Amino acid sequence: MANTLKWEGQQLATWYFTVAIVLFGAQLLMGLIAAVQFLYPSFLFEIFDFSVARMIHINALILWMVFAMVGAAYWLLPDETGIEVVGIKWAKLGFIVLTAAVTVVVVVYIVVQIGPANDMTIWFINEGREYIEAPRWADFGIAIVLVGFLLHVFLTAIKGERTGIVTVLMADMIALVGLYLCGMGFTDSISMDQFWWWWVIHLWVEATWEVLVGVFAAYGLIRIIGAQRQIVEMWLWIEVAMLFGSGILGMGHHYFWIGTPEYWWEIGALFSALEPLPLVAMFIHVTYDWGKQQGIAKAEGRDTAIANTPALAWFFANAFGNFLGAGVWGFFHTMPQVNIYTHGTQFTSAHGHLAFFGAYATILIGVFYIAVQGTNNIKRLKATFDFKMGIILLNLGVFGMTVALTISGYSQVLVERAQMGATWEAFFISQDTLWFVQGLGWRLAMGVVTLVGFIYLVKDLLSTGKNKIHER
Amino acid sequence: MNNKNKGGDMSKRTVSVWTDNRFWMRSAGWVTGFSAALLIWLTFDTMSQIKMGNDEDLKNGIAKRVPGPTVINYKITYEMSDKRGHEVPVIGGKEKFFGRDDWSEKEAGALLHLGKLGSQAKNCMNCHTLLGNGAYYAPDLTKAWLDPAWGKIDSSGNRTGYLAMTGKDTREEAIAEFLMHPSQYPTHGRMMPNLNITADEAKGLVAFLKHMSSIDTNGFPRNFGKKDTTLREKRSN
Repeated sequence: MANTLKWEGQQLATWYFTVAIVLFGAQLLMGLIAAVQFLYPSFLFEIFDFSVARMIHINALILWMVFAMVGAAYWLLPDETGIEVVGIKWAKLGFIVLTAAVTVVVVVYIVVQIGPANDMTIWFINEGREYIEAPRWADFGIAIVLVGFLLHVFLTAIKGERTGIVTVLMADMIALVGLYLCGMGFTDSISMDQFWWWWVIHLWVEATWEVLVGVFAAYGLIRIIGAQRQIVEMWLWIEVAMLFGSGILGMGHHYFWIGTPEYWWEIGALFSALEPLPLVAMFIHVTYDWGKQQGIAKAEGRDTAIANTPALAWFFANAFGNFLGAGVWGFFHTMPQVNIYTHGTQFTSAHGHLAFFGAYATILIGVFYIAVQGTNNIKRLKATFDFKMGIILLNLGVFGMTVALTISGYSQVLVERAQMGATWEAFFISQDTLWFVQGLGWRLAMGVVTLVGFIYLVKDLLSTGKNKIHER
Repeated sequence: MNNKNKGGDMSKRTVSVWTDNRFWMRSAGWVTGFSAALLIWLTFDTMSQIKMGNDEDLKNGIAKRVPGPTVINYKITYEMSDKRGHEVPVIGGKEKFFGRDDWSEKEAGALLHLGKLGSQAKNCMNCHTLLGNGAYYAPDLTKAWLDPAWGKIDSSGNRTGYLAMTGKDTREEAIAEFLMHPSQYPTHGRMMPNLNITADEAKGLVAFLKHMSSIDTNGFPRNFGKKDTTLREKRSN
């Protein structure tokens, strides 16, 4: 990409975005391998097993989103504070260290895969704890780089102008980095293990990450449609109150069945049931601001308020996808009365796919579009054919996978859990039921659709600089 | 496009507390602080309740949500509790585990430690679920120790299930044999791969599974091992 950026912090952001997109692609490929293995279990058996493909599938997911979020923070910092990122040289070094560490971790996952039952495996191969499998040496590396990142955010915000958006970013990043440390220990008790494991997983994806979405949406709306800062920041504070107010104690819905006391049933059910509310609020907020700015633009005789159509479209996909995937699909099985049957089935998987995509992938892709606009010095970024194919196929693909997995989930829950008593035999009988297998077939097909959408997205992002359609 | 100053001006014109950003900022702070404080308080309570028990508790019949490692010396069942309205693990009399029912706290602890490490080193969680968390490619392991699939030996010496397939005499030996050579004993097209599990590691993993089955999971999984309960109850009525 030609560099016409004023700020080095934003240049660094584009590096993060580039790695994020590569990891996004890796996530999709690994997902396809795992999806094929569900239907044809002998595929790569004892060469590249499901556990390996699935581990990289979800690790690449977490990592590409972390990369994109850190990148997005570096992108908005100079714009918000009005100054260069403080200590930019060190920030660039941090990027190189993080990327090198991630590369080593993934290569070890692929080549070594597993180790003997001793501490060396935990330190150098993988920790075997879903989502945070990264071996402990990498945990320390990631923690150090994240603390460094925190310093850059704080020093820049203190030296420059500290807007409401930056204030929320600062507070949220402290929580996000601090929580990562909860996932680094080892204990012989599986209950204790999972209790703290959820402090990272839940408090990341259902609290701190959601607040980051609020931050990026606020920044993006100012950039894309010229929304008024005072209104956007007021919404942001309301969202923070609602997200943390529901999300922190909503953690109880992971403490129903892991050995923890019964009172988590009530606490988890109540607060997690409230979790969709801020997501509704965010959708209303985006729609309201767009309508308002469009009206102002019309009144002033401009044809549109939108400076970046693809970014706004992805922000809408986010506002609705967050509500649908995290909110509705999460609410489906958050009550303990339902969850005792659905816990740990394809139902969870269906929710996971639409929630991660709807809540996070969408807005981060929106931020990518803001970045290509800035990098290529474009005044108005328009919707190209490739963009349309990308957004339609990605949304169709992920939603299709979600519906397919939900149907498989129904079949699994009814046969394995309700009818046959959740045993080994019950599990495998449920896996062979007609609807279950058909659901997984559709999931694979929709996974391919998702990959094609991703290819269009990358093509569009890479060709933006040369495309004459955009106003400069 | 960056209208920071405009925002600043507008906040001076604030007429209502509902449109005052500082009000919402403080509200966010209070709500977050309150939720976090409550979570931390509950965490302390939960920590004390899920702290692993010890050998004394088991000898004295004191039920712990997470029993100590020496639970491997006892027979574990999963039974309906009328009081709680769901199934709970019940720790019964002594039961031999790999030929012994006198594993000391230290020995049993070491075995459980090895098994827990093994469960992570072999990446169990990216195919199976443990306490319902993990991947959905293979059966849940929460109560795997109690699974009827391991089989039984009847009075005339006839074996069923994995006892028959592996030719072993006890459940723990059958599970260990399966873990060491999983693809030799397939029950489904979706097989468990060979994970180079040694005999010691297999022993540890079986101890880990037996211990996990003794954890009080508030009735998850429901009706474990009971096919068509409702139908059967209806018929007997």
